[in-house]
Amino acid sequence: MSRIERRFQALRASGRKALIPYVTAGDPHPDVTVRLMHDLVDAGADILELGVPFSDPIGDGPVIQLACERALKHGVGLRDVLRMVQTFREADQETPVVLMGYMNPIEVMGHAAFAAAAQEAGVDGVLTVDMPPEEMDDLSQQLADAGLDPIFLVAPTTGDARMRLICEHARGFIYYVSLKGVTGSATLDVDAVSARVDHLHAVTGVPVGVGFGIGTPEQAARMSRVADAVVVGSALVRQIEARAEEPEAAVRAVTEMLRSMREAMDAVQAQSA
Amino acid sequence: MSNSEAIKFDQFPNAEGHFGPYGGRFVPETLIAALDELTEAYHRYRNDPDFLAEFDRDCTDFVGRPSPIYLAERWTRKVGGAEIYLKREDLNHTGAHKVNNTIGQALLATRMGKQRVIAETGAGQHGVATATIAARLGLKCVVYMGADDIQRQAPNVYRMRLLGAEVVPVTSGTRTLKDALNEAMRDWVTNVDDTFYIIGTVAGPHPYPMMVRDFQSIIGRESRRQMLERTGELPDALVACVGGGSNAIGLFHPFLDDESVSLYGVEAGGHGIETGEHAAPLCAGKPGVLHGNRTYLMEDANGQIVGTHSISAGLDYPGVGPEHSWLKDIRRANYVSVTDDEALAAFHELTRTEGIIPALESAHALAYASKLAAELGPGKRILVNLSGRGDKDINTVATLEGIEL
Ligand SMILES: Cc1ncc(COP(=O)(O)O)c(C=O)c1O
Repeated sequence: MSRIERRFQALRASGRKALIPYVTAGDPHPDVTVRLMHDLVDAGADILELGVPFSDPIGDGPVIQLACERALKHGVGLRDVLRMVQTFREADQETPVVLMGYMNPIEVMGHAAFAAAAQEAGVDGVLTVDMPPEEMDDLSQQLADAGLDPIFLVAPTTGDARMRLICEHARGFIYYVSLKGVTGSATLDVDAVSARVDHLHAVTGVPVGVGFGIGTPEQAARMSRVADAVVVGSALVRQIEARAEEPEAAVRAVTEMLRSMREAMDAVQAQSA
Repeated sequence: MSNSEAIKFDQFPNAEGHFGPYGGRFVPETLIAALDELTEAYHRYRNDPDFLAEFDRDCTDFVGRPSPIYLAERWTRKVGGAEIYLKREDLNHTGAHKVNNTIGQALLATRMGKQRVIAETGAGQHGVATATIAARLGLKCVVYMGADDIQRQAPNVYRMRLLGAEVVPVTSGTRTLKDALNEAMRDWVTNVDDTFYIIGTVAGPHPYPMMVRDFQSIIGRESRRQMLERTGELPDALVACVGGGSNAIGLFHPFLDDESVSLYGVEAGGHGIETGEHAAPLCAGKPGVLHGNRTYLMEDANGQIVGTHSISAGLDYPGVGPEHSWLKDIRRANYVSVTDDEALAAFHELTRTEGIIPALESAHALAYASKLAAELGPGKRILVNLSGRGDKDINTVATLEGIEL
């Protein structure tokens, strides 16, 4: 059983939902990323999503684009990100880590070399935004051989047949994109999302996370009523953006925001228990 | 050409959009349904007599096709080798080959019921062509353009605005064409229900490289017929500049089965390949994934896309259409580069000897053609795609010569 599966099993047993923060590795400074990861776990993160900086992030809105640019200014590449995960693992062997990024850095490293290095570093899942399952044959084989979970997106535009195909390939969890748009958009329609998540639950036993556009503790709480996991990205990264010159303050602001989301989600679960 | 003898070129790409290992659909999940819808619509209309008749009628009456081929006699004599013919895409309405493709895609957009079109542009030629056809068809038009390119290409920006398009400056990344393409993709992800993305070259996810190639192949089909009528033979070589590769593939594609015809794609060598300051992914890059397809790219050791340099904004792109990557690997086409200085020299040379001011993009093809003509020698024939006219570039050239207009 993968670390991600174990984590979801434990959460289910305790009647809780997963909170998954996203931060871009190296933002605002590579020196604070590992500590930020630990602090996020302390603040209530169940799984960490670590962004691999890329020069051309077509699925991301301005907030995460700028986060990538800040990290790239420090030259942070895929190998550096893997080293950060390895360092994180020295003190935390339990919290799953998912890399989120784009295809080209993996292409350049080579699929097999990447899968081996990621496994070695202690990565658990890989989400490549621009890699649909149809193009995935070789990479998904390499990930499977290395025991890593391929995480796939399902979008509001994904048709039913295709959704079933994605569910067949998916391991770890499925990432439901809660809106038509890029990360950080602000047009969340909770009712529409709920219906789609229910439908996914009917099709697959793989846990379903919801992300894109979840910005407040209240939204996180509402999403946690329907989904198995809530992913929060741009809202956290915005905290970093506002304090990009003061990494320590940025780390504190991000963790505080995550803690408030954790509390809001746990209050919902306490109610329904 | 022995490597490509058995290949049926008209059967590429395959159903998944692959040209050998290149091409494909590497996009966020939200766009897959839109690409499916587009692929289906394109297959429905690509052989539809009404659609094709409307495309032909627009090409004739609105663009002024067929564009002539022209024997550059004085220039040929000056170079002293093979005869050089020019395919006059510069005479098209809006001044370049780009309009062939925008007409095709805009007609498809109207048939698909999309009322809003978006485009990316570098030099502004594709943006102007898109704004033009949008004005004619009454479509809402938004053009994304790098903030730096907006500075460099002010006349085209104003032209687009005159035509009623909204020009949106893109300030992310390198503030040039690749970033404009990123931003157009993000718009499309967000407005996927009512918006048609008119990509300006043979890049992007499937079906764009195939669809844009098909619309631009009118260049090669006309050229083949015109050269046969004029000389009784096929040319010995074709030469075209390669930015994303649409004017080149448009010329090459109808000749791919003609093994006697050598093909030369000319990339922007910028300050010289050895300086790293260029835009020549086929000559000096490696395969990777960008903008929805696998292809040759300019990238660093971490897989980040690197900034490019070319004197011509239309060639200033770090990727290239996937079909070119494949044609390179199977050796059906040759890819070479010429520097900014060589292109500039050819720009002046054609202007002075033939009375034709070429686009700086096309000047790259001309510069290589003059070398090739000398190499091949008399008795041979070269056809160069004169992809656009140079009116848009006179500010750039004047600035380089220290002249304020
Ligand atoms: C006149 C002209 N030629 C060539 C190009 C390069 O594009 P492509 O390689 O797609 O033909 C451009 C692009 O702006 C152009 O304006």
